[in-house]
Amino acid sequence: MSRLITWAAVLVAFVAVPFYLEGFWLQTGLFAMSAAVGAIGINLLTGATGQLSMGHAFFLAVGAYAYVSFSDDLGLPTPIAAVLAVLLAGVAGGLFSPIAGRLRGAYLGIATLALIFGGQHLLFNVEHVTGGFNGRAVPPLEIFGFAFADAPELILMNVPFGALERLWFLGGALLLLAALFARGVLRGRPGRAMNTIRDHEIAAGVMGVPVTRYRAGAFVLSSMYGGLAGVMLALVFQRTVPDYFGILLSLDYLAMIVIGGLGSVGGAVIGAVFVSLLPQLLTRYSDALPLVSAPGSGGVSPAEAARLLYGAAVVGVVLFLPGGLLGLLRSLRLRLPSLPTPLPDTRSSHVS
Amino acid sequence: MITFIELLVNGISIGAVYALIALGFVIIFKATEVVNFAHASLLLAGGYVVARLHPYVGFWLALLIGIAAAAVVGALVEFLVIRRSKAANHSVLAIVTIGVDIVLTTELTRRIGTEVLAMGDPWESGVVHLGPITIAQTRIAALVVAALLITAFLLAFKFTGWGVAMRATAEDPETAALMGVRLGRVSLSAWAVAGGLAAVAALFLCVFPTPGLDRSSSLAALKAFPAAILGGLDSTTGALVGGLVVGVTEALMTGYQNDLAFLGRGIGDVAPFLVMIVILLLRPAGLFGTKELARV
Repeated sequence: MSRLITWAAVLVAFVAVPFYLEGFWLQTGLFAMSAAVGAIGINLLTGATGQLSMGHAFFLAVGAYAYVSFSDDLGLPTPIAAVLAVLLAGVAGGLFSPIAGRLRGAYLGIATLALIFGGQHLLFNVEHVTGGFNGRAVPPLEIFGFAFADAPELILMNVPFGALERLWFLGGALLLLAALFARGVLRGRPGRAMNTIRDHEIAAGVMGVPVTRYRAGAFVLSSMYGGLAGVMLALVFQRTVPDYFGILLSLDYLAMIVIGGLGSVGGAVIGAVFVSLLPQLLTRYSDALPLVSAPGSGGVSPAEAARLLYGAAVVGVVLFLPGGLLGLLRSLRLRLPSLPTPLPDTRSSHVS
Repeated sequence: MITFIELLVNGISIGAVYALIALGFVIIFKATEVVNFAHASLLLAGGYVVARLHPYVGFWLALLIGIAAAAVVGALVEFLVIRRSKAANHSVLAIVTIGVDIVLTTELTRRIGTEVLAMGDPWESGVVHLGPITIAQTRIAALVVAALLITAFLLAFKFTGWGVAMRATAEDPETAALMGVRLGRVSLSAWAVAGGLAAVAALFLCVFPTPGLDRSSSLAALKAFPAAILGGLDSTTGALVGGLVVGVTEALMTGYQNDLAFLGRGIGDVAPFLVMIVILLLRPAGLFGTKELARV
C-alpha cells in the first residue's frame, strides 16, 4: 500500500514538473532521462555481467546519427527511424560480439576503446551521413501527426507546451519502459546467469550457462540501450555533433553506474541523475559557490568542478560505499524501524 | 624507399616510447592485477612537471623531478586508493582507476588550458643525416633511451631481489607472501616504476616533431593501451612487441595517408586500435599473453 502511494506521488510530481519549472530544468531533466536509459544499458553489461565497456558513447552516436540519417536521408517516418536506429545500435553491438563474447572484464574495456576512436574517425570522415565536424540538425519526432516540436502551438492550462514539455512525457515513458524491461531481465533467468558469469565464469559454465553467448548478448542489449539513449539525446539537443560522443562521455557513463550502484536499475538511474545534474547545478549557482568561477576566468569552471567532484565520488564510493548511492539509501531505510520495509531483494542488491 | 625507411625508423622510435608506457601498464597488471586506466594521467602529470620546471632548474634536473613526481603520484594512487579498496572484482578496481584518471586529467588539463608547453629538451629540432635519410635527433634519443630503460628493467626483473619478488607475486601472491615477500611493497614499487617510465615516455611523446605538451597529450598516451593488450596484458615481451607494432603501424599509416585517402583523414591515429581488433579476433589473449584454459 505504502508503495502504491509512493509511486502515485512520484507520478504526480513528474506530471507537475513541466507546468511549473522553466525550460532550463526541463532540458536538464531530459538529459538525465536519456543518461538514465544509457546507464541502465551499461549497468546490464558492466554491473550485472562484469564486462567493462569504454565504448558506450559509440552506441549513443550510432543511435543519434542513425535516427537523423534514416529520417532525413531515407525519408522514413520518424518513429520508424527511431526504432530502426535502436536496432542498428544493436546490430553494431552484435558485429563486435566476436570480441565482446570472448574477452573478459577489463580486457574488453581496452578493446572497446577501438570503438570510440574508430567511431570518432567515422563521424568526422563519413560526411555525407554525419555532416562531419558541424554535425547535423535533428528532425523532430512526429507520432500520428503529433510533433514533438515547438511548431504547432499548444497551450495546456495557460502553460505553452513546446518541444521540451512534450518530450518530457515521452522521455519519462521511454525511461519507464527501459527500466521495467531491464528489471525483468535482471530478475529473471538471464539476470541470474549474468550475475553468475560476473562472479565466477567457470562456475557459470559448469552450471550450463553459455558464457560466450551471454556476454555477447549482454553487449548487444546494452548497445541497444545506448542507441535509445542516443536517439533521446538527439531529440533534446536538436543537433548531433561528433565531439560530444568521445571518450569523456563513456567515462561519464561508467562513473554513473559506480556512483549509483552497480548491477541494478535503480542504481543506474540515481547515478545518471547525479552525474548529469551536477554540472548543471554548479553552472547555475556558480556565483554563489566558493572555489567555482565562471568559465574562462582562469579558476575552476563549473564543468571542471563537476568532473573533479564525480571523479572523486567514483573513488570515494568504491572505497567507502560498496553499494553506491542505492546501497546507501537501502541501508538508511533498513535502519529506520518505523517504516515498513519490503523484504530485501537479495538478487538485485548483490553488488560486488 | 627513402621515405619508407624514414617512416620505419620513426615508427620504431615512437613504438619504443609506446613500449615504455605499455611496460609500466603490464608491470602494474602483473603485480596487482589492476588494469590501470589512470596511466595516461600519470604520463600527463610527469610531462607537466617537466614542462613547467625546465625554465627554472634546467632540463635534466626537471626531467629527474618529473620522473620522481610521476613515480610518487603512481605510488600514492596505489597507497591511498588501490590498497584501501576492498573490492574483490577486478573490473571494479579498473573503474576506480578511471575515477582517479578523471580527477587527475581534469585538473592537469585545466592547468594546461589552451597552452602548448615546450619540454625544453636539448635536441630541439635538430636532425641527423645518414646518407639520403633524415631523422630527427629526438627520435634517435627516444630510441636509445627507451632501449636502455627497457634493458635495465628486464635485467632488474630477472636478476635483482626486487625482480624475483615481483615475479613471484605475479605467479602466486599467497605463496609469495608466505615466503616473506612483502606484497604491499611489491605493488607500491610496481606503481612507482610504471609512473617513472610513463614520465620518460611523456617527454618523448611531446618533443619535436610534435608541438609540445597540450591538453590532448593524454589521448596520444591512450595508444599504449592497444600496445599492451595486443601483446598480451601479462607479458613484458608482449608489451615491447605491441609497442613496436603500434608505433610502426601508426607511422606508416600517417606517412602514406595521401595514398590511403579513401580511409579518411587522420587514419594514423585510429590504426593502432584497428590492429588491436584484428589481433584480438585471431588471438583473444594477445600475441604473447597466457591463454587461460578452462574446459567446462
